[in-house]
Parts: sequence; C-alpha cells; structure tokens
Amino acid sequence: MQKTFIAKIEAIESGQRFLAKFSGIEIVVFGHKGQIFAYENRCLHQGGPVGEGMILGRVVSVLDSEKRLVREEFSESEDQLICPWHGWAYSLQTGECAGLRGVYLKKFEIVNEKGSVYVQSQS
Amino acid sequence: MENLGEANFVREMAVGKREGFNSREHLRNAELQADQRGYKDILIVDVDAHHYENQYFGEIFKYIEDPVLKHLALQRDGNPANILFNSPNNQFNAGRLLRYGGIPHEEAEGNEHPETTRSRRQRTAIGIDYQIIFPTPMLALGMHPDPQIETALSWAYTRWWTEEVLPQDNSVKSMVYLPFFDVDASIRMIKTFGEMPGVIGFMVTSTRYAAVHDNKYMRLYAMLEERGMPLGFHAAFNQQERLFEGMNRFISVHSIGFVLNTLIHATNMIINGIPERFPKLKILLIESGLAWIPFLMQRLDNEYLMRTNEAPLLKKLPSQYLAENFYYSSQPLESTNMEALELTMKMMNAKTQLLYSSDYPHWDFDLPSVIWDLPFLDDQAKRNILGLNSLEVFPKLKAEVLGKMKNA
Ligand code: FES
Repeated sequence: MQKTFIAKIEAIESGQRFLAKFSGIEIVVFGHKGQIFAYENRCLHQGGPVGEGMILGRVVSVLDSEKRLVREEFSESEDQLICPWHGWAYSLQTGECAGLRGVYLKKFEIVNEKGSVYVQSQS
Repeated sequence: MENLGEANFVREMAVGKREGFNSREHLRNAELQADQRGYKDILIVDVDAHHYENQYFGEIFKYIEDPVLKHLALQRDGNPANILFNSPNNQFNAGRLLRYGGIPHEEAEGNEHPETTRSRRQRTAIGIDYQIIFPTPMLALGMHPDPQIETALSWAYTRWWTEEVLPQDNSVKSMVYLPFFDVDASIRMIKTFGEMPGVIGFMVTSTRYAAVHDNKYMRLYAMLEERGMPLGFHAAFNQQERLFEGMNRFISVHSIGFVLNTLIHATNMIINGIPERFPKLKILLIESGLAWIPFLMQRLDNEYLMRTNEAPLLKKLPSQYLAENFYYSSQPLESTNMEALELTMKMMNAKTQLLYSSDYPHWDFDLPSVIWDLPFLDDQAKRNILGLNSLEVFPKLKAEVLGKMKNA
C-alpha cells in the first residue's frame, strides 16, 4: 500500500485544510467534528474548488402534523460541503450531490498512524 | 483504489474569507481547465461580465451633471441607497459563494485601477481574450420611480468607465448603458461615447415597463442600425414586480424574473415588425439563458398563423425572426437535459446566433467549458459561439482583432 503524508492530526483538527496535488488530480483533506475527509478538489458542476467551500448543516424544512411549514433549520446529523463557485452541495459523509442523487464526489481513504494523517494513494 | 503515484506537493489550503482576495487564485481550477482544453489557441469573447460599480460610487458621482442630484448622491459619504433602486437580494446564497465577500477587498497591482487588476485576473484564469463588462446594481435603474436618476447615473457611470478605467486595458469592452426612458439622452450617449475606444455597442436594461415598439424609439434604432453597432437588452429581475409578490425565494424570482422582460421585449419587437423596419439592426438578448427560446417560438408561431392581421409587417414566421434576426448570450446555459439543449440550439441557429458569456463574477457564472464540452456541437460551432460570432455582431471588435492579426 502506498500512502502520502498530508499533515499531523493536530493541524487538521485545528481547522487547517490541505491540498495534495498528484499528476492529474488534486485531493483536499480536512477535518470536521472529529472526522477526517479526503475528496477530489473538483466540483462535479464546472470543476470548482469544492474543498475550499463552507461546511454547513443541510437545510431542512420542519412541517407540522397538517404539513404546514413551521420553520427551516440546519440539520444536526447531516453536514454538507458547499462548492464556493455556485453552491452545489455534497454530503460530507458520502460525497453525494444534494441535487443529483446517486452522483458522488470522488472520495479517498485516510489513514491515521500515530497522529500522522496519510491519504491512501495506491492499494 | 486507483494509483495516484507520487504527490507533486502537499500544502495548506486557503479557505473561506481570505486576506487579500485574488480573483485568479479563486479561479485556479478554471485556469487548469483552460490549459487542458487549449483555450490559448481559440478566440474567446465574453459578451457579458460584471463589476460592482457601487464600490466606486465615490469616483463616479463627481460626473453627475445635475447639481441637485449630485448633492443627493454625495450625501451619506456616497452611500448609494438614496439613489439606487434596491430589492431584497440573495445573490451570494447566504455566504456560500465566497467571492462575494472577497472581491471588495481585492487590491490593485501597481498604479492601475482595482477593476483593471480584477478583470485581467478573471480573464486570464478563465481564458477570455475580450470581455464586455456591465454594472451590477445599476441594472435595476429602469425601475426607479425617478427616470432622471437613470439618465444622470448612466451618464456619470459611463464617463467614469470610459475615461478612468477602460483606457487601461484593451481587452475590456463596453456596451454603453442607454437611459432608455429618455430618447434624447440616449442619443446623446450614443453621440458622445459611440466613437470612444473600447465602446463596441449599447445596452438597455430589460427590467422596465417600456414598450420597445413605441414610435419614439424609431430614431434610436435607425441611428444604431446606421452605425452598425448592436443594441443589447440586459435582463435582470425585480423582486418588487407585482407578479412576484407571492414568490418567497430568490431562486423562484430569479428563474422567472430574468426571462420575463426578455419574453415581453422580444415579443413586442417581432409582432410590431422591428426587424422588418430595421433589418440591419443587431439586437442581442443578454442573460436569459436559452430555454425560453423554443417556448416563445412555438407560442408565437401558433398564434401568428391565426392572427396575421395583428402583425402585418411580418414576412416570415415569428420563430424565423428569433432564429435569424436576434443574437443571444449563452449564460446561464440550461444543460440538465442534453436532448432539449441540442434541439434548442438547432432551433435558434446557435452556430451563428449564440455568443458565449460568463456573467462572472455573478452567482451563476459559466466557464467556456459549458460550450466547449458539448458533445453535439462540431468544432466550428464551438469556435463560433466562443468568439467568432461576436466578431460579426461587434464590427469595431472585428476591426481590432483583424488589425492585431495583421500586425502579428
Ligand atoms: S463548480 Fe462547483 S458549484 Fe459550480
């Protein structure tokens, strides 16, 4: 297995994001709420730098028993990575596009070895 | 797991609201696309990009001629709220689009105007050779209850733009804002600015209740036809339009609003025979996308055949005017249904009538790849849409490009 060192865990936990450039692909690595994620830094829309985007809870509508809209709120269980160019949103956990179900950002495996974070770059 | 090989580098990434925003850095992925697709060998003309002129009202207001309006504009340190027509707005999608926070902080390189720096960076990254830049908040001025303000501000803005910024960079072009309410003032704009370097056409903001076939406009159309300079109608939306009172979301108003006035103006132009009266007048419909075109073609053709008496100047079907006498900017290119898009482009003669536009830096901008990557267009059609069609619409630009080629 080949892996590429990205950063120490402390740096990622402090909110820094890292960009690893391989020939032909760029991968963004970042942490959120104790988890670490690695995605291709290329939005499925027009190729924007999705990894630079905001992370926000998915906006959900709250309806009452008569299906009237009560309010909207940010989901506590589903965060999204939002491309800064036009706003396409992706599930942080899976990379699935919010507007086009079944379409995913390319996700990469992370290895944490004694506080050093790697992206797995070859099986 | 694919084999990624060795990493070229790993670095910390700039995220969120950067210190010292740089448009080229924001568009770094666009520059990669431009390199991969070889745009440097292709002429790319962007017929609709923008700046936020409200950042520079301090520089613009000094050109307002009317002393009373100038006094009004200069109150509150040039805060434009007292002279613009404002609607609730959510272009920046509640902060999700990071450049909205960054652009006001972009700094100029050397002694040039910040707009010169910003627009060069965006053109370099996207791969654009020439770019027509329009204002942003002023696009709503056609709805201002006091039409004198549109006349005064369009004059002041155009003086600032053509005297202070445009001369700094040949790649930036202008379609000068015409205060359409006032035909005499519009004609003065054409006479004053029409010959200036960088001015290649004229623009009317579409969001207004004007009847474009009114007799008062005939001398304006005749003048532009004679000069061979195009007239653009630039779409916008008006949240306060009464039809939209029940629409609660930006997406709803924007989706309909950017097409509504274009539908009305194009219909009035065709049914009243403006293309027959001024066959050489080039009309460019800007920023309504393309999906509305087949709709209007079919609606008008169907009704025209039953009511030719109401459109006596017409010599062909309304759809033929739309496909032969009008030009269109491409953005926002609706592309979620490729079959529909292919048919649309066929119906409207995209190969000759469609002109690429980015609308950058607005929220729904398009890169040239939206045209370049279309599977159903041949190479010539792509080159036409990205740049060559613009040379036919803008003779001054054509002369400049040909002159450059001769000297190269
Ligand atoms: S490129 Fe990401 S939203 Fe458009």
